[in-house]
Amino acid sequence: MHPVAQEAFLAALEQGWADPRRLHAEGRRARLLLDGAREALAEMLGARTEEIHLTAGHTASLHAAVAAVARARRRVGGRVVVSAVERAAVLAAATLAADEVVTVPVDRTGRLDLRAWQDAVGLDVALAALQHANGEVGTLQPVAAAFEATTRAGVPLLVDAGASVGHVDVGAHWDLLAADPSDWGGIAGVGVLAVRSRVRTTPTGPEDEDPWAPGGVSVPAAVAAAASLRAVLADRARSEARRALVDRIREQVAQTVRDVEIVGDPVDRLPHVVTFSCLYVDGETLLGELDRKGFAVGSGSACTSSSLQPSHVLAAMGVLTHGNVRIALPVTATPDDVEAFCAVLPRAVAEVRRMAGATDL
Amino acid sequence: MGSTLVDARGLRCPAPVIALARAAREVAPGTVLTVWWTDPAARHDIPAWARMRGHKVLVTEPLAPEEGDGDGGADVTPAYVTRVRTASGDAAG
Repeated sequence: MHPVAQEAFLAALEQGWADPRRLHAEGRRARLLLDGAREALAEMLGARTEEIHLTAGHTASLHAAVAAVARARRRVGGRVVVSAVERAAVLAAATLAADEVVTVPVDRTGRLDLRAWQDAVGLDVALAALQHANGEVGTLQPVAAAFEATTRAGVPLLVDAGASVGHVDVGAHWDLLAADPSDWGGIAGVGVLAVRSRVRTTPTGPEDEDPWAPGGVSVPAAVAAAASLRAVLADRARSEARRALVDRIREQVAQTVRDVEIVGDPVDRLPHVVTFSCLYVDGETLLGELDRKGFAVGSGSACTSSSLQPSHVLAAMGVLTHGNVRIALPVTATPDDVEAFCAVLPRAVAEVRRMAGATDL
Repeated sequence: MGSTLVDARGLRCPAPVIALARAAREVAPGTVLTVWWTDPAARHDIPAWARMRGHKVLVTEPLAPEEGDGDGGADVTPAYVTRVRTASGDAAG
């Protein structure tokens, strides 16, 4: 959580605790704060204020966006086109809303197969969805070219920028754009969905004053989202400094760990995400080893998921799914943190391999 | 010369790949290994391991009950069979 988010949240709690839909003085004050947050988010995302919808969270944004466009364009077609590495919320929403989900493959780096995408966004397509960047492996998607193809076909494009906003510029190549405040240091409980005025949408839920967030959203969380995004964007240099740290990890891991696959595009990527898979290594055990040494990392390996299925992203890329480590560096990460991690990792991997009896393979 | 059949059914990642790698080390280069597996990660990890080691995946298909010595009843996790030709140089292992 960004300190600015906390500050803004507490201040807004004082001023904007009331229901912004009420007409009394407290309600109007909350409404002013909420409108101010939307206006600020609009400006930072390159949208008009009336195009910004606040939701209960990023997953809710994605679910509602897919459902509302698919329903509005029902007569155009029942297909929803997605990349194979979209977030689970997009894939699940598409499965529910579409007659047919058309999945476009990615290459070994996780990058969209643009040719297949261009072919897929043709007839009978209600909606296409492509992430701005993959949050698991960091690869940036060719969103501009993908948008050109959907625009030519007259198909609205939903861009899931949940992993990008606050870290890289997301541009204007979208019809709907979903951003996730909790990814840039905001406070959980609010999502941001921008919908261009030209896009037809039909809400799928029961009638409500705010169809994108039935019952309304948390005003303090919305204010904190806008304030923290402003703070993060003002400190771009600090965010970009993580790129050198990620480069250092990539280089060190490749040099010091035997039989490792560093996944994701080495250049066209998010500044703060690095992911690699270690052959013959149990991901859960490795995470435990690293956690004991004080490093909290993530994993896409099957053994670390409740479903026991490996990450669909790693699977679609055709890379090793076991022994997977994902690191998302916070803006507070220092070169010393990175060196400490790099010093610990080779021994941790060797230890897990020794336990599995795989040292000699 | 080691066995060319690896029964990794019931093993979870990364154990099926470790068992297969061990078998690959014991056979002559260019040998076709057969591995039976049930772990969903093996579908992706066997080809990834083969690519990293220079082996070649020939086929992956559902394991026929008669091949899997008949003990793969309908109520258990589906089993698959993958055949891999080991690398023909000293890259194998």
